[in-house]
Amino acid sequence: MHIPDGFLSVAVWASLWVVAMLILVVAVWRTNKKLGDRHVPLLGVLAAFIFAAQMLNVPVAGGTSGHMLGGVLIAVFVGPLAGSIVMGSIFGVQAIFFQDGGITTMGANIINMGLIGTILGYFIYQSVKKVVKGDRGMIIGAGVAAWIAVVLASAACAFELAASGTSPLGIALPAMVGIHVIIGIIEAAITIAVISFVLKTRADLLKLPKI
Amino acid sequence: MKLKEKWWITGLVIAISMACVLSLFASSEPDGLERVAEDQGFAEKAGGQEAIHSLMPDYAIPGIENEALATSLAGLVGVFIITGITLGWGTILKRRR
Repeated sequence: MHIPDGFLSVAVWASLWVVAMLILVVAVWRTNKKLGDRHVPLLGVLAAFIFAAQMLNVPVAGGTSGHMLGGVLIAVFVGPLAGSIVMGSIFGVQAIFFQDGGITTMGANIINMGLIGTILGYFIYQSVKKVVKGDRGMIIGAGVAAWIAVVLASAACAFELAASGTSPLGIALPAMVGIHVIIGIIEAAITIAVISFVLKTRADLLKLPKI
Repeated sequence: MKLKEKWWITGLVIAISMACVLSLFASSEPDGLERVAEDQGFAEKAGGQEAIHSLMPDYAIPGIENEALATSLAGLVGVFIITGITLGWGTILKRRR
């Protein structure tokens, strides 16, 4: 779902750059001096994992593929703000070194595929955890949040395309959401698999303070 | 860090295996947005619009004839870059004693 340069109008991509940077500045501000010794290697490993996972396109229906985004996964481990900085770093590296997503559209991509997962997704995860307790709540919450985050990301992308005059909302919204309802299942499955694996092997890594 | 704390080595090995080996089996079909762009006829809007020319476009190191090797190496370089950047800001933002 990486938006390339050329798909968004200047007004749209510039506004989204500003919004993304404001949120990331706040995230850096609030994360500063809060990371512990054990957060740092965990952030590095998870950033590597999510970067790699985003390379792995899985075929879905009708000659289309999708890959994981990872925003909910990172937020479940380290919290929404530290997680947002990780996602911003990943989309920055992808756009600059790998031409995956545009430079002008980097703000949009950070918001759609990163911050929606780390912030809105984390909120959904927390809400589910209040209802379903324990490890089960963690797994169900993360899975539900991961799926919703992908669907919301695709809807946000459709709104941005429509606002840019690239594709009318009546066409872009159902088309984007329709495909990502399926791609979201991949996101939920990988998010659940990683969290279940870590719960079984090193549950302490999921118990670090959330930032 | 204690010697027994080697979870991060396991994690990095998993990430590198994904970026260098599993990536060779990734689907090259268009993703959700590319599919919609093709179906709705706005895919060409991106043609020639790249704001910069990246060093490793499409996750392949240019000039390496073997496509699998070009992708594997690009994946490895990418994992090193993102890990380095993240450890960098992580260390800067760490609580100091």
